[in-house]
Amino acid sequence: MAEITYREALNQALREEMERDESVFLMGEEVAEYDGAYKVSKGLLDAFGDRRVVDTPISELGFAGLGVGAAMVGLRPVIEFMTFNFAFLALDQVINSAAKSLYMSGGQVSCPIVFRGPTGAALQLAAQHSHAVEPYYVHAPGVKVVTPATPADAKGLLKASIRDGDPVAFMEGELLYNFKGEVPDDEDYVIPLGKADVKREGGDVSIITHGKMVHVALQAAQTLEKDGIHAEVLDLRSLRPLDVDAILTTVRKTNRAVYLEEGWQYVGIGSHIVSLIQERAFDWLDAPVLRISQADVPMPYAKNMEQAAKPSAARVVDACNRVLYRNGA
Amino acid sequence: MATKVHMEALSPTMEEGQVVKWYKAEGDEISSGDVLADIETDKATMELTARGEGTLLKVLVEEGGTAPVGQVIAVIGEEGEDISELVEGAGEAPKPDEPAPQATVEGAREKQAAEATAEEAPAGEAVAAAAEAPAGREGAAEGEAPGAPGTPAEGVDGGRIKASPLARRLADEAGLDLASIEGSGPGGRVVKRDVEEARRAPRPEAPAAAAAGAPAGAPAEEGWRAAPVQVPEEEYEDVGISQMRKTIARRLVESIGPVPHFFLTVEVDMGRVMEARKRVNALLEARGQKVSVNDFVLKATAAALRQHPEVNAHWHTDHIRRYHAVHVGVAVAVDEGLITPVIRNADRKGMVQISAELRELAGRARERKLKPEEYTGATFSVSNLGMFGIQEFTAVINPPEGGILAVGKVEEIAVVVEGEVVARPRMKVTMSCDHRVIDGATGARFLQTLQTMLEEPAAVLL
Repeated sequence: MAEITYREALNQALREEMERDESVFLMGEEVAEYDGAYKVSKGLLDAFGDRRVVDTPISELGFAGLGVGAAMVGLRPVIEFMTFNFAFLALDQVINSAAKSLYMSGGQVSCPIVFRGPTGAALQLAAQHSHAVEPYYVHAPGVKVVTPATPADAKGLLKASIRDGDPVAFMEGELLYNFKGEVPDDEDYVIPLGKADVKREGGDVSIITHGKMVHVALQAAQTLEKDGIHAEVLDLRSLRPLDVDAILTTVRKTNRAVYLEEGWQYVGIGSHIVSLIQERAFDWLDAPVLRISQADVPMPYAKNMEQAAKPSAARVVDACNRVLYRNGA
Repeated sequence: MATKVHMEALSPTMEEGQVVKWYKAEGDEISSGDVLADIETDKATMELTARGEGTLLKVLVEEGGTAPVGQVIAVIGEEGEDISELVEGAGEAPKPDEPAPQATVEGAREKQAAEATAEEAPAGEAVAAAAEAPAGREGAAEGEAPGAPGTPAEGVDGGRIKASPLARRLADEAGLDLASIEGSGPGGRVVKRDVEEARRAPRPEAPAAAAAGAPAGAPAEEGWRAAPVQVPEEEYEDVGISQMRKTIARRLVESIGPVPHFFLTVEVDMGRVMEARKRVNALLEARGQKVSVNDFVLKATAAALRQHPEVNAHWHTDHIRRYHAVHVGVAVAVDEGLITPVIRNADRKGMVQISAELRELAGRARERKLKPEEYTGATFSVSNLGMFGIQEFTAVINPPEGGILAVGKVEEIAVVVEGEVVARPRMKVTMSCDHRVIDGATGARFLQTLQTMLEEPAAVLL
């Protein structure tokens, strides 16, 4: 096992897939000459040349559309959005073109494309650059959505996403790129889409989450451990397709759950998960399922306010205590 | 937006609280964090602090009144605010001397009266009176759900019972009536732990059967019960029951009933302990400290428990929990009754520390100022009545503990040692064992170890 950064893991995945399949190419702002805005594509231009690693103008709608077209005629583009925050205009191409083409063409036109980049907040990037966009991408049938939280998951899931015949929105995080973790040395390390992962086992309460919040969940679990509460942390990894079995299994085990996401509560990812749980695991619930999410405001710029707006381990612990009935709440 | 002030669970075992004193009156301004009242719980008197801000609009439970955990006892809000919705249904708590579950008692009383009068109309007044008395007793028995001096009616909201889906299913599977289980969740919601506790407690089969049988029973029997002997008032006085005494009563019944006690006694020669104590205290004099015989006993007990995890164990219905840590509960007499502060990790503490801790905890216990974490969590308990001259006695186990040690006084008695009659200081210890956890031989082996530790104090050092 090697210990590498999330960024490195993505780089390895891209490299391996581009070597394996000539139709895979990378396109986006700064991906070639600059080695990538976050250096994810470092060295790829040198290795594969400018037909496989393509710099674009600042025009997400434009190059997303280019990518969709390329995918429709048989190539396998990886479209990088410097952040998904910049890609709201491109959403039209993702949803109306990529997501729906297989259905509308009666199965004749597939779109094996990957849209990747950071989602959600970093530090003090403020309102327009801190948006967690998962709900927009996961809502329409036809797009798969993947949110790896660790280097191993990033590598395995990116390789699977590139090989997948459907459009995949692969969501990373600026704050995750430097994160180090162990990645198996397998020659071809692929993690199937649609499989969640128990990042921490426990029997007292389930903290279900996705993306960078997995690390906040683990922190909260450590705090709870000091009081003898064993929290289970379930990392969904895939928002669509969703590993429903894993969700139900953990809730049946602990009888109480909380959903943690970095985005807003109103029709956030948690809304769907909670609905699923109450529908399919009602008789196993000893308490309502609570959600921890960003405060219902556009992300503030000021450091202290941003801290206050973001979900924290303390708030996760508090929610867990409430579903455990520990505070007389 | 008005804030409801609830009777909060101020200790983990608290089921109801009595308002001792209100510090704020209706009309007073309240800030978050203000002390609203002193509440007497099962173990100590604790402060109830305000969680909201505004004006104290209504006090629903007066001084002296009790309320089960979760019940609304006051409302804070803006002056002039309409709080009729919040006040409705919150109501007065049942007075301590009335049978608590009003809903069930009313039902039982009406049923009894209806059936009795229907069957025995000619018998007239005697029967009507008969319907009252047994109903009171049986209604109380029916309503007195396992381990619940509080109100099952608490979780009932206009006939609907609040319970988590899981609790409902578990109760159903266990054949328990959800209405008879007291809920510890918000608003009196019955949750998993309540159902589990109810499953462990004894079911009131007998009283329920008796209640069912009574209406069909002979009116003559009821007539006899209806006329209690009149005791002249000057011969007695009724003393109110404090929260602590209520708890003691309930806990003891819960213990003696379901816990199969048996008792093992051993007489320990305390000669060496007495000598050791003299020597140790001589050393400690310079520090202004000293240790007592009881400190030796506690230390030896802790050491013995360490070696016998099968005795340092708790009964948990479907499994036995054997503790590696040794936390000894020491019974302390207080004005109202008794309480067992816990010496945590007693096997890892020296006698001086045990002595100091016990003194400190006992002192605060007498002032009713112990914190819940200080009187819960014992793995085994010890009770010493030696200072009252008691030679030997049997103590009642604190469930779910597996045993308790009752220590008598050290006294010089005549014993036979190597064929000669000599005077030796001897002490009797009697261990009460829960036969489900500890069998005769197991308990005996533990006592042998304890006896060795006391007859050869150096063994504790090993």
